[in-house]
Amino acid sequence: MKVPIQVTVNGKTHAHEVEPRVLLVHYLRDVLNLTGTHIGCETSLCGACTVMLDGQAVKSCTVLAAQANGAHITTIEGFAVNGRLHPVQEGFWERHGLQCGYCTPGMIVASAQLLERNPDPTEAEIRMAIEGNLCRCTGYQHIVEAVQYAARRMKGAAAAD
Amino acid sequence: MATKYVGNRVKRTEDPRLIQGLGHYVDDIKLPDTLHVAFVRSIYGHARITGVDASAAAKAPGVVAVYTGKDIGKIGGVPCASDLPEMKKPEFLVLASNKALFVGHAIAAVVATDRYLAKDAADMIQVDYEELPAVTEEVKAAAGAPYVHEQFGTNIAYKLTAGEGDIAAAFRSSDKVIKQRILNQRLAPIAMEPRGVLARYYPGEQELTLWSSTQIPHLMRTQVALMLGMPENRLRVITPEVGGGFGSKLNVYAEEALLGWISMQLGQPVKWIESRRENFQSTIHGRAQLGDLEIGIRKDGTVTGLRYNVFADMGAYYQLLTPAIPTLTGLMLSGSYKIPAIQINVTAVFTNKMSTDAYRGAGRPEATYVVERAMDLVAAELGMDPVEVRRKNFPAPNEFPFKTATGLFYDSGDYVLALEKALKNADYKKLGEEQKKARAAGRLVGIGVSTYVEICALGPSAALPAGGWESATVRIEPTGTVTVLTGASPHGQGQETSFAQIAGDELGVSIEAVTVIHGDTSIVQYGIGTFGSRATAVGGTAVFVALQRLKEKASKLAAHLMGVDPATVKFADGRFTSGAKSMAIQEVALHAHLAKSLPEGMEPGLSATYFFEPKNFTFPFGTHICIAEVDKDTGEITLQRYIAVDDCGRVINPLLVDGQVQGGIVQALGQAFYEHVVYDENGQLLTGTLMDYALPRATNCPWMELDRTETPSPVNPLGVKGVGEAGTIGATPCLVNAVIDALAPLGVRHLDMPLKPETLWRIISGNSARSA
Repeated sequence: MKVPIQVTVNGKTHAHEVEPRVLLVHYLRDVLNLTGTHIGCETSLCGACTVMLDGQAVKSCTVLAAQANGAHITTIEGFAVNGRLHPVQEGFWERHGLQCGYCTPGMIVASAQLLERNPDPTEAEIRMAIEGNLCRCTGYQHIVEAVQYAARRMKGAAAAD
Repeated sequence: MATKYVGNRVKRTEDPRLIQGLGHYVDDIKLPDTLHVAFVRSIYGHARITGVDASAAAKAPGVVAVYTGKDIGKIGGVPCASDLPEMKKPEFLVLASNKALFVGHAIAAVVATDRYLAKDAADMIQVDYEELPAVTEEVKAAAGAPYVHEQFGTNIAYKLTAGEGDIAAAFRSSDKVIKQRILNQRLAPIAMEPRGVLARYYPGEQELTLWSSTQIPHLMRTQVALMLGMPENRLRVITPEVGGGFGSKLNVYAEEALLGWISMQLGQPVKWIESRRENFQSTIHGRAQLGDLEIGIRKDGTVTGLRYNVFADMGAYYQLLTPAIPTLTGLMLSGSYKIPAIQINVTAVFTNKMSTDAYRGAGRPEATYVVERAMDLVAAELGMDPVEVRRKNFPAPNEFPFKTATGLFYDSGDYVLALEKALKNADYKKLGEEQKKARAAGRLVGIGVSTYVEICALGPSAALPAGGWESATVRIEPTGTVTVLTGASPHGQGQETSFAQIAGDELGVSIEAVTVIHGDTSIVQYGIGTFGSRATAVGGTAVFVALQRLKEKASKLAAHLMGVDPATVKFADGRFTSGAKSMAIQEVALHAHLAKSLPEGMEPGLSATYFFEPKNFTFPFGTHICIAEVDKDTGEITLQRYIAVDDCGRVINPLLVDGQVQGGIVQALGQAFYEHVVYDENGQLLTGTLMDYALPRATNCPWMELDRTETPSPVNPLGVKGVGEAGTIGATPCLVNAVIDALAPLGVRHLDMPLKPETLWRIISGNSARSA
C-alpha cells in the first residue's frame, strides 16, 4: 500500500504517493528527477547521497521517503541561488576539490553543514566533519582547502553585511 | 610562443556542472519505458549449479523476463586481450550455467519494470548448489587439486620468466643475498560510482546504444560487438560522466554485453546499476601477488642482481588484461637503479575469487614496492642510510636513455635532483636527529624513503595488446568556436580542461571557446582510452599535433586570402600576420567553410585528425619521504609529515597534477595501512562492504607537502610524462618503510601490508611470532 507524502525540496513542494520501502534517495532521483544526489553504497557508509533534511545533513540512502514526509530538503541542485554558487561550491571549484565529481554533492552538503555550525573550523575539524564522506580521487587535501576557502569567503561576506 | 594556459593552475571547465549536481552519470540518464535488471549471483566460492528454478520469479509483479545461463548461448565469452605462451584460457560466459567459480559469479538476470521489483524477483530465484572445495591460497593452488577449472588438471594459468643478465653469476659474485617473502595484498579499486549500463536497441535502425561507465568506450564497442556477433558500426557506446575508474573500468564486463543482448531481445531500454556489494564481488580486484625476493649486494651497498619468484593470483577467470599485469611487474623490477641482472619468475594461478586486473599502477606498484622494500632491507643489513643505498645505485643523468636489465629504455631522468630536493624539503638531516631523540625517549618514530620510477604513457602499440596510440580531431567551426575530439575519454582526470589549455594556447583562443568532446563512439574517431597515465602524454600529444596541422592549413589559407607569400605569414595570439596585413584565425575558419576562395587543391573546412603513436613509454620518477610514529600502546600509526617530489615531465596544469599526486598517495595509504580484500578458505568474501573494507577517510590522511622537478620527456613534443599513478606507485613503499623503520629498534625488518594497528601492537607487546 502506498503512503502519501508531501516534501519541500529546494523550495518547491511536492506531493506523491510512495511505497513505504522507497528510499529517500530513490524518491529524489527517480521521482523528482534530482539526480545530483548520488548513490555510492546504499549502506550509509560513503556519504555520496548526503542531503540537508530540516537543516541536518543526512544520508538519504538510509532515510525512507515516507520518513521525510513534511520535511524541507535541500539537495545539491538547491545550493546555488539565482545562478550564484554557494561559497562551498565556489571553494571546490577554486581549489580543485573534485576529480570524478561523484562524491562531490555529498561532500559539499556535509561541508556546508560544518560551516553553518562552525564558521572557522581547523583542518582537523574539517577532516572530522567529512569523515563520513568517502572520496577515492582527491586524497581529501584539496577538499580541506576548498572548505577553508569557503570559510574565508563566508566570513568576508558576513563582514560585508 | 607565450603560453597563457599551459603550465598554469587553470580551474577546471568540467566543474560547474559537477559542483551543482548537473552532470550525467549512467544512472542519471533516463529513457522512457526503461526496464531494470537485477542479478542472481553465486553465494559460494566454488559450487556445482544443479538447478535454477525461476518459475516464481517469472510470475512476480513487474517481471518481464528472466534469463539463465541456458538462454544466452550465442553471447561470446568475456574477452581477454592478452595472450602468453602456453597460457590456459578458460571461457568466461556472461552467465554461469554449470559451475559457479567465485562469490558474485552471475547466474541469472531478472528484468522488471522497476528496480525494486527486479530485486524482489531475483530473491525468488532458487539456485541449487552443490558446494565444492574452494581454491583460495596461491601457493596451495599451484601445488595441485582441487582445481578451479577441472579441464586443465592444474591451477597454474601460465608460467613466465623474464629479465636479462646472468642472475646466478650475479648472486655468486655478491657478498650477500638477502631474501624476503613479500605480499602485495588483494585490493578493491572502489570507484565511488559503481559500474552501470543502460542499453537501448532500435530494431528499425538495428542500432544498439550502450551507455556504460567505462574508461575505454571504443575498445568496449569492438569487444561487445564481437561478443554479440553484431556489426561494430551498429553499436554505439557512450560514456557519460564516469565516477572514477582506477583501472576497474578499463575492462569489458559480462553485464555490458548481456544488457545489450537483453535490450535486443525485448526491444526496450534496460538498465543495470551495480550495487556496492556487487562491486566488491564482481568488479575486478588488483595486486594479489605473493613473491620471494632475492637481492644480491656487495658490502658497499651496490646491488648486483635481483630475482623475484612470484605467485600471481588471477582469480577464477581472466578479464581484459588479467594475465598481463605480472608482466608489468617484471618490467619495473629495476626501479630507479642500475641492476645488472634481473629475473622474474611468475607462476600465475587460478583461484576461486574475482579476477584481478589493472588497478591504479597495474603491476608497477607491486614492483616498486618490492624494489623499495629491498633497498631498505639492504640498508638494514649493511647499517647504511637508506638514502645512501639508493644514491649508490642510481644511474647518472648522462646515462639516459638508460637501459635496464628488464629490457626497458628509461627516456630521461635526474634521480639525484628529485632526491636532493626532497631531502632539503624534509630537512632530512634534522629528521634523523629528531628521530634519535625520540627513540632515546622510547618513542617509535620512523623515516620512510622511496625513490621510485614508473612507466607511463602506455604506450607503444608493439607493447600493448590493443594498440597504444591515441587519436584527436580538432576543428574550428564556422562561427569560430574550437572543437577537440579525443579518444582518451576521461573519468575525473580533467582532460576537458587540460586539452582545452593546449588548444587555447596553440590557437590563441580563450579556453571558453574550446569544447572537448569524448566518450561517444559515434561522434569521436576511434581511440584507446584513459589508463596507464597515458591521456596527456599520448592523447594530449595527438591533440597538439592535430593543432599544428590545422594551423598549417589555416596559415596557407590566410596567405591566400590576404594575397601574400605563405612563407611570410606568422601566427601569434590567434592572428595570422604578414607585414601590415592580418587576419584572425576565426575569420580564416569561416572562409574555409564558405569555400568561395580557396587555394587550388585545398579541401574546404578546417579540421585535422591525428593518430599519435609514441616511440617509447615515458618514465616519471621522484622521491617521497614521510615520518611515521607508532603508538606503543595501541599500534596506531600517525603520519607526522609527508613530503613528495615528483617529476612527471612538463606540466600542463599544476593544479590537476597536484590533485593526481595527492589522490595517488592516499590510495597508496589505503594499501599500506588499511585495505585488504579477504576471502576465507571456502572462497567466501569477508570484505564485501565498505564497513569491512577500510578505505582511507579524511581523518586518516596526512597533509601532503608536494614539490616537483621538471625533466621533459623526449618521447613526445609536449615533453609530458604522465602522473595518474605516480603517487600510488611512489608512496606505498615510502609509508611501509617509515613504519618498519619505526619498529626497527624491535628488530623488525619487514611486515606485510596492510599494517594494521593490531599487527603492530602484537609486535610491540611481544605478543606475536612476526616475520623478520
